[in-house]
Amino acid sequence: MATSVVPPQLAQAPPPEPTRRRRVRHKGAIVGFLGPFVALFILFYLTPIAYAVWQSFHKVEREGTFGKATEVFAGFSQYTRVLENGDFWASIGRVLVFFVASIPLQLGLALLFALLLDSPLVKGKSFFRLAFFAPYAVPGVIAAIMWGFIYSPQISPFPQVADNVDLLGPGLVMFAMVNVVNWVYTGYNMLIIYSALQAIPKDVIEAATIDGAGQVRIAWSVKIPAVAPALVLTGVFSIIGTLQLFNEPRVFQSISSAVGSNYTPNLMVDATSNIPDYYFAAAMSVVLALITCTLSFTFLKLTQKRAFG
Amino acid sequence: MTRTAAGGGAQRTRPLPVATTMLFMVICASYFLVPLWWLLVASSKDRAALNDGDGLWFSNPILLWDNIKGALSYDNSIFVRWAFNSLIYSGVGAVLGTLFAAMAGYALAKYVFPGRNATFNVILGGVLVPATALALPLFLLFSKAGQADTMWAILLPSLVSPFGVYLARIFAASAVPDELLEAARIDGASEFRTFFTVAIRLMGPALVTIFLFQFVAIWNNFFLPLVMLQDTKLYPLTLGLHTWNSQVTHSPQLQLYVIVGSLLSIVPLVIAFLALQRFWRGGLAEGGVKA
Repeated sequence: MATSVVPPQLAQAPPPEPTRRRRVRHKGAIVGFLGPFVALFILFYLTPIAYAVWQSFHKVEREGTFGKATEVFAGFSQYTRVLENGDFWASIGRVLVFFVASIPLQLGLALLFALLLDSPLVKGKSFFRLAFFAPYAVPGVIAAIMWGFIYSPQISPFPQVADNVDLLGPGLVMFAMVNVVNWVYTGYNMLIIYSALQAIPKDVIEAATIDGAGQVRIAWSVKIPAVAPALVLTGVFSIIGTLQLFNEPRVFQSISSAVGSNYTPNLMVDATSNIPDYYFAAAMSVVLALITCTLSFTFLKLTQKRAFG
Repeated sequence: MTRTAAGGGAQRTRPLPVATTMLFMVICASYFLVPLWWLLVASSKDRAALNDGDGLWFSNPILLWDNIKGALSYDNSIFVRWAFNSLIYSGVGAVLGTLFAAMAGYALAKYVFPGRNATFNVILGGVLVPATALALPLFLLFSKAGQADTMWAILLPSLVSPFGVYLARIFAASAVPDELLEAARIDGASEFRTFFTVAIRLMGPALVTIFLFQFVAIWNNFFLPLVMLQDTKLYPLTLGLHTWNSQVTHSPQLQLYVIVGSLLSIVPLVIAFLALQRFWRGGLAEGGVKA
């Protein structure tokens, strides 16, 4: 087959060449519509990425201690520093633990809420939908500040808990932050899944009901498979979001001694850039972005077989 | 026949599961709402009452209005300036960002040209790039241009929404029929006119969704302003309140202002979500289903 000159399907189909060479219609419109976005995308997305990658392969050399600084090519030396940096990998480990502590519970609850709101068991659906979604209107930084007050023994509205349990100590502070993140995002994920549930054709549900399937059975065998793509979407966003965790630990730094400046990879990037050691920070950002992309792609590949058959 | 009527009529709903489910829902709803309630109650107290007394109920007198006035006037009304900045960053960023994303998504959905899929894939790849990875190189590039400590440094990067392009493309493909565009062409309308008078209306729900989520993303933005801005007068609300919060040990009266300020910072988003929910819920469905 490899030697055949003309693949059979091409021989039968009308020759594709003329269509391919035909001049593009509405060239001006295409340029006009795409132009603004593409220009901004190149300037404020691709250029900074390219610049960070360029920096990660460079370092600063000085003539003497206070001499003139020059940027010189450094090969992979910044990356070697990242790979050998125990603090960096400890911070990666911390966000992975954070992910395990936060996301299964968050997405599990989001799915459960969405299914309950979609079932006939719940009255007052629009109230609950809004109540669960309301925290999404609170910016992450503000949510962290607010929960910080609720955790602190002085002004907590739950003094019995805050006085007796050290919520901001080394043992519990991660779960204190997991709670902040889950409080903000569970309702948001619920809404995405709920919207997908609403799009299931009504006759499919009716057919399952007529076949005698109960609510639980319908949820398990019809609804969950139907919303799998939405679950995958929320999963990917959760991976990206957790790995770049910054706002909550940054706020908690000022109220808990258990959160150091190397707590998450992004806190470490920020601290490194304040030294300033931009080249090392750039290499860390690139490694973090690569880890993020690898994990989200792996997750997509693993779930796509299940979710999209 | 509506969905609920069909579901409710087709099977019996026994009272016990309904009661258990409702109890569970009420407990969960209180988990989500009590912190917000506390924020409102705490905003209405003076410092003494904040530290002792029932945290979840108002104490006499209710000082909400005085506290708001105090927070708004503190330090030459810097809070008002922050609120104004946040509105500018989020409002301008979301309006223009949505427009550019809509135009790009429309072009990718409705025109055939070489490199179309490659362009789309590169933009989609942008969704996977952590926003925080961009902040530092952006700061260095803006510094080189001498523009780091300006409003432009926050505004311009906020105009790019790769996820918006993705949503706009999906929506343009399904909501704008090709026949309509051909008809408009036969009538002699230019491509731009067709887009701005016909297509943009059909894409309405998607555009509201993109606008809202872009607005929220910019409103919540913290890392970029933290890296970029020195001048406190240019801060958005998030960074300003964080700064106040980290000064509480030195100036204790700030604690109350942080609480009141947090409450105030939530109000615009709540209004935006409530006012526009009819639109964005439809748009969200489209994105979640087709993703």
